Amino acid sequence: MGLISNGTTLLDAGALDSGVATGAMTLIKTLTASSDGTLSFVHGASSVVFDGTYKEYIFKFINMHASTDNSEAQEFEFNVSIDGGSNYNVAKTTTTFRSGHNETDTTTQLSYVGSYDLAQGTGFQGLTEGDGIDNDQSCSGTIHIYNPADTTFVKHYMSNFNVYRHNNFSANWYTAGYANTTSAVNAIRFKYLGGNIDSGTIKMYGIK
Amino acid sequence: MGLISDGTTVFDAGVMASGFGSSLTLIKKSTASSAGSLSFMNGSNGVVFDSTYKEYIIFITNWNPATDNKNGEFSFSTNGSNFGVAKTTTNFRSTHEEDATESGLSYQTSYDLAQSTGNQIICEGMGNGADENSCAILHIFDPGNTTFVKHFICQSSTMAHNNKTHNDNVSGYINTTSAVVGIKFECESGSQFDGIFTLYGVS
Repeated sequence: MGLISNGTTLLDAGALDSGVATGAMTLIKTLTASSDGTLSFVHGASSVVFDGTYKEYIFKFINMHASTDNSEAQEFEFNVSIDGGSNYNVAKTTTTFRSGHNETDTTTQLSYVGSYDLAQGTGFQGLTEGDGIDNDQSCSGTIHIYNPADTTFVKHYMSNFNVYRHNNFSANWYTAGYANTTSAVNAIRFKYLGGNIDSGTIKMYGIK
Repeated sequence: MGLISDGTTVFDAGVMASGFGSSLTLIKKSTASSAGSLSFMNGSNGVVFDSTYKEYIIFITNWNPATDNKNGEFSFSTNGSNFGVAKTTTNFRSTHEEDATESGLSYQTSYDLAQSTGNQIICEGMGNGADENSCAILHIFDPGNTTFVKHFICQSSTMAHNNKTHNDNVSGYINTTSAVVGIKFECESGSQFDGIFTLYGVS
């Protein structure tokens, strides 16, 4: 069924007409973790759009909470795929820095984090470090991914998270880089380095 | 009554289905004019600041104090009246002076908080000249949550009183598991200020 107003089609076939003003930020998919090993967004699966429809995609992370591994080694991380989620192992070159401050006011940090960057590494990229797993501890943040379907250029991303760490630090993590492929990126996966994603919400948006 | 097109629900229960329309909702735009403070309180003056949205974004435009060299600051409330909620935060800055004599990137130990209930500075040393001001974007995640602390991330650009540009990066958590219901912006020492403060919800 369509909806026509004064001769103008507003919606038809389950979609708004392209001439209808809708704003520029569209919610594509929300995933809520419940003791999940991974959470993935794969183009064409479960209503996910992750192709040339949008030039930029934004992922919002709300209170991501790990199930185990309350230590420095814990990290929330991601990787991307060019084969529809069969393999998450695209080479990436990335850069990471952070600022930090603890609750007792004895330590502050502003530093490049050489152990968290990648130089053509195909592994998962850390977005945080040392996530706490106390009941009130979590991390929240954002990733921007630019033009993943482009087949000429590499694919840039930028992220920024705030983390309530296991040792009662607040840490502000910045990570950026590029997936070094000219193939279209069509899937992305998130997980913790150790254990499950106990809880948390990930929302995927497309930017027109 | 809902509206369904070809099996796809477009409208129902008075709202447009997700995937239609914009996910960035303008909640409230407030313009400060010689104000002593400016607040967004859930349930007051059309403001929504609760679990309706998982993220709120506040755009601050042309924040200009009446008195020179004043900090722009904010604080949160869990009860609508007391803005003294503990926060642990981190703060770093890149800066450059108009005459190029000074530049750098450094942690700002004077402007972070360690479980402090005081105001968080986000724009340091704002100038009161006619063309001087600060602009900032503040993200607040899930203020209505009653399990976790509340994270926030803020970036600002300031034309400081001494003709420097400051790019301040402040983030941290409001260390409470109570719902945060309001936020207040002030200038240091109660200085009056002008500016536009716009609150958005992210669906």
